[in-house]
Amino acid sequence: MDFQTAVFFFLSAILIFAAMRVITARNPVHAALHLILAFFTCGGIWALLQAEFLAIAIILVYVGAVMVLFLFVVMMLDINLDRMRQGFWNYLPLGAVLGVLMVMEMGLVLGSKYFQVPAADAMVPAGVSNTKEIGALMFSEYVYPFELASIILLVGMIAAIVLTYRGPKKSKNTNPNQQVFVQAKDRIRVLQMPVEKD
Amino acid sequence: MDALINFGSGIFGGAWPAVWTLLKIVLIVAPLMLSVAYLTWAERKVIGYMQVRIGPNRVGPWGLIQPIADGLKLLLKEIIVPSGANKGIFIIAPMLAIAPALAAWAVIPFNENLVVANIDASLLYIMAITSMGVYGIILSGWASNSKYAFLGAMRSSAQMVSYEIAMGFSLICVLMISNSLNLVEIVQGQNTGRFADMGLGVLSWNWLPLLPMFIVYLISGTAELNRAPFDLAEGESEIVAGFHVEYSGMAFALFFLAEYANMILVAALTSLLFLGGWLSPVGFLPDGILWLFAKMAFVLFLFLWFRATFPRYRYDQLMRLGWKVFLPICMIWLVVVGLWMLSPLNIWK
Repeated sequence: MDFQTAVFFFLSAILIFAAMRVITARNPVHAALHLILAFFTCGGIWALLQAEFLAIAIILVYVGAVMVLFLFVVMMLDINLDRMRQGFWNYLPLGAVLGVLMVMEMGLVLGSKYFQVPAADAMVPAGVSNTKEIGALMFSEYVYPFELASIILLVGMIAAIVLTYRGPKKSKNTNPNQQVFVQAKDRIRVLQMPVEKD
Repeated sequence: MDALINFGSGIFGGAWPAVWTLLKIVLIVAPLMLSVAYLTWAERKVIGYMQVRIGPNRVGPWGLIQPIADGLKLLLKEIIVPSGANKGIFIIAPMLAIAPALAAWAVIPFNENLVVANIDASLLYIMAITSMGVYGIILSGWASNSKYAFLGAMRSSAQMVSYEIAMGFSLICVLMISNSLNLVEIVQGQNTGRFADMGLGVLSWNWLPLLPMFIVYLISGTAELNRAPFDLAEGESEIVAGFHVEYSGMAFALFFLAEYANMILVAALTSLLFLGGWLSPVGFLPDGILWLFAKMAFVLFLFLWFRATFPRYRYDQLMRLGWKVFLPICMIWLVVVGLWMLSPLNIWK
C-alpha cells in the first residue's frame, strides 16, 4: 500500500465516522461540527484526486461560509431531542425508501463514471492549472447551465427575503449619513443674552 | 543549500522529505511566534507614545522582556473550565483558532524561492484557511455557556462573514489583473509596466491602479481580525471580553497568539498583493526579503495606529459599512477593472 492509498483510507475513515456522527450525535451543535469535519475531509479526498480547485472551493464555500451560518442557527435553536425522537418508527418506512433511492442514484452516477474511465486517464499533467480549466469550461461549454444555476440561486435568495419580510417596522433607527455630516451649529444654539443684574 | 539537502538525505535517508518539511515549518513558526510576542510589546509601546505615556518599561531595558514575562505568567496559570461548559469543545476552540492562523503561512512566499509550498492556487488556499478561523471564536462563545461569550461569538461570526465578501471581491480584482492565483506570480506581475521600466517600481504596484480595492482590503482586513475599531467581538465596555471571557491561562493565550499571528498574516498578504512584496520601490536598490518585512511592519503599524485613533464602531454602523458601502464599491470597481482590461488603455498586458 503506497502513501497515497494510506492517506485515502485515513481520510475516508474520518469521513465515514463524521458522517455517521452527523445523524447519531445527540447534540445538534455536535452534529453540525461533525458535518464540518465531513466537508473538510471531503476536500482532502478531492485534493488527493488532484482536483485542487474543487477541494479548496468546498472548504471556502461550505466550511467557511455555509456552515458558519448553519452553526449560527443551530446554536440559537432550543431543540428538544426527546420530542424529535418520538416519531422515529412512524417515519422509518418513508425514510428507508428515500435512503434506498439516494443510494441507487449515487450508485448509478458513480458507476457510470468510474467503471468506464480507467483511473490512470484522469491524471492531471503537470503545469495544467485546475482553476483555469474549470473557468474556461464553465464560461464556454457550460455557460447556460451555469447562468441558470445562478439565476435559480438568486430567485431563491429573493424568495427567502420575500417570505420572511413582514413589512416596514417603525424603528428608532438613526441615519448614519446624517450623523456623520452633522455639525455643531445643527445641534447647539449659542444664545446672546444680557447679563442679569439684581 | 544543496550541501545541506545532500547532508540531510545522507543521514535520514527515506525520511528526509518529511524531516525537511518539518524543519521548514519550524523555521516559519518559531520566528512567527517571536514576532507575535514582540508585536504585543510594540503595540503597547506605540499606543503608549501616542497617548503620551511610555508604555512597558520595567522588565528589561525599554521593557523588552515584558512579552516573555507575560507568556511565562500565562503558561503557569491554571486553565479553569466553567462547570456549565461543554468541556470538549471548550478545549478544542482555542486550537481551532490558532491552527488556521499558522496553516495559512504554508503558502506565503518570502521571495521567489523561499516558500514552503508553492501551490498553484495559493490565494484561494489562504482564503479557505483563513475563513475557518471564525470557528474558534463561535465555538468558544457557545461552549463557555456564558451570555457575554455567546454575544461576542454571535457578533463576531456575523461580522466575519460580512467582511469576507468585501475582502473576496478585492482579491478578485487583484487576481483579474495578475491573471494568476499564485502569490509568487502576483508579486512578479507587479514588477512590469511603464513605471517599473523607468525604475519607479513603487508606482507599478497594485496599490495605485487598485487604490479603492487596497483601501477596502485594508479596512475589511482589520474587521476580519476583530481589531479596533471593529473589535465588537471583544467590546470590553459592553460585553467584558466577548468570546474569551471564560478563558484563562494558556487557553486564553492561544486566542491572543491567533489574533496577532493573523495580524501579521494580513500584513504579509497586503504587502504581497498590493505593495509589491519583496520588490524594491526604486530601480537602483536590489529586491530582497527585507523590503517585505519593512512593508509588513508598516501595515502592522497602521493597525496599531487605527487602534489608538478610532473609537469603536456601533454594530449597525459596522454592518452598514460592510454591506452598503464596501460591497457596492467592490462590485462597481470589479466592472471598472474588467472594462479597463478590455479597453486599449489596458496596462497589464
